[in-house]
Amino acid sequence: MTPVARNRLFALGALLVAGAGLGFVAFGNIGENLVYYWSPSEMLAQGEKAYSATIRLGGVVQPGSIQWNAEHTTLHFRVANDAHEGTASVLVRSTETPPQMFRDKIGVVVEGTYDASGVFSSNRLMVNHSNEYRAPKEGEDPNKWRETLSEGTTTASTGTGAEAR
Amino acid sequence: MNKLIKWGLPVVGLGVLAAGWWLGLAWAPPDREMGDVQRIMYVHVPLQWMAMLAMFLNFVAAVAYLVRSNASWKLDSTAESAAEVGLVLGALGMVTGAIWGRPTWGVYWSWDPRLTSEAIMLVTYTGYLVLRRFVEDPDKRATWSAVVAILGAINLPIVWFSVRWWRSLHQVQSSPKTVDPQMVLCLRVSAIGLLLLTIALLMHRYRIAMAERQAEVALPEALPGNSPAASVRDTPKVA
Repeated sequence: MTPVARNRLFALGALLVAGAGLGFVAFGNIGENLVYYWSPSEMLAQGEKAYSATIRLGGVVQPGSIQWNAEHTTLHFRVANDAHEGTASVLVRSTETPPQMFRDKIGVVVEGTYDASGVFSSNRLMVNHSNEYRAPKEGEDPNKWRETLSEGTTTASTGTGAEAR
Repeated sequence: MNKLIKWGLPVVGLGVLAAGWWLGLAWAPPDREMGDVQRIMYVHVPLQWMAMLAMFLNFVAAVAYLVRSNASWKLDSTAESAAEVGLVLGALGMVTGAIWGRPTWGVYWSWDPRLTSEAIMLVTYTGYLVLRRFVEDPDKRATWSAVVAILGAINLPIVWFSVRWWRSLHQVQSSPKTVDPQMVLCLRVSAIGLLLLTIALLMHRYRIAMAERQAEVALPEALPGNSPAASVRDTPKVA
């Protein structure tokens, strides 16, 4: 075999392997085994299987559910499937300082454990941002979000926190 | 002409990049949710785009090297320079991504699909460059590394689509529809500047690679890396 023919064979083999590998990843339905986080309804559907193992739970912060206890520095909030009313949600307890963007209706992923008490103990709270980038609206302070936890939620928590399902 | 490109391209590239970053820092509005933190986009996103582009060039050169009947060292040198430049850009992209992630996500790193596939990509191209250093015969090196380059390129579409295929912490790609027009302009200017700079880096690295190939083929023992004793011992064979 000439070197050129051999090299072409190598190219064909490598391209076939690469194509097959990519096809498997893209269409092989491995997404089932590659879930970065569970949504609240998926986690609740697991029942007792979700207890005690370290898992990630992702969703949006249910509006009005944030309760910040400054004395014990604990944060309670509910992670819901989406921002609509009445979707499945899970109560999360965190002792961590949340990221600056943490607020109502924002996407979050929490890492921790869930147990029979129905409270998800988070030891890592992450906020995920959407792909939207916009200029601040008229009269809006773009850096206002820094103050959401210090002012908005501590006062709001006394009123609306009790409504959490 | 050659000198004009050699010096003009990096200077113009740096100038356009500086203009893009200046616009991004001083002229574009801050994001209404992230505030000024969002401005790192003009650094992070162009870096990742150019890294992907360089690695795609590496793939194209590797396929061409294996398939063409008159494959020359030019293709092998293109592949080498593209992988090296791409690795530098990708590593910088990952670092700037981590710096962006800490204030917005709350963490520098998480094993989400995008970040994991990106890490695999960087490890793959590091391995590619390591392999090249280990193989002394230029012919074998070019052939073997081309095969690795093709296999490594599987990951490029995976990195790109990971945010669409799977749930991730990283958001899906933005489009001009989801980004403020002023921010889009800054992003485009920065990306063009970095593209010019990337081309300049690729050309410079390509010239080095070609010089190495020619020296290897002409006078294998004259290359650095061989111990002085070995070159003395081998000299008679060359002479």
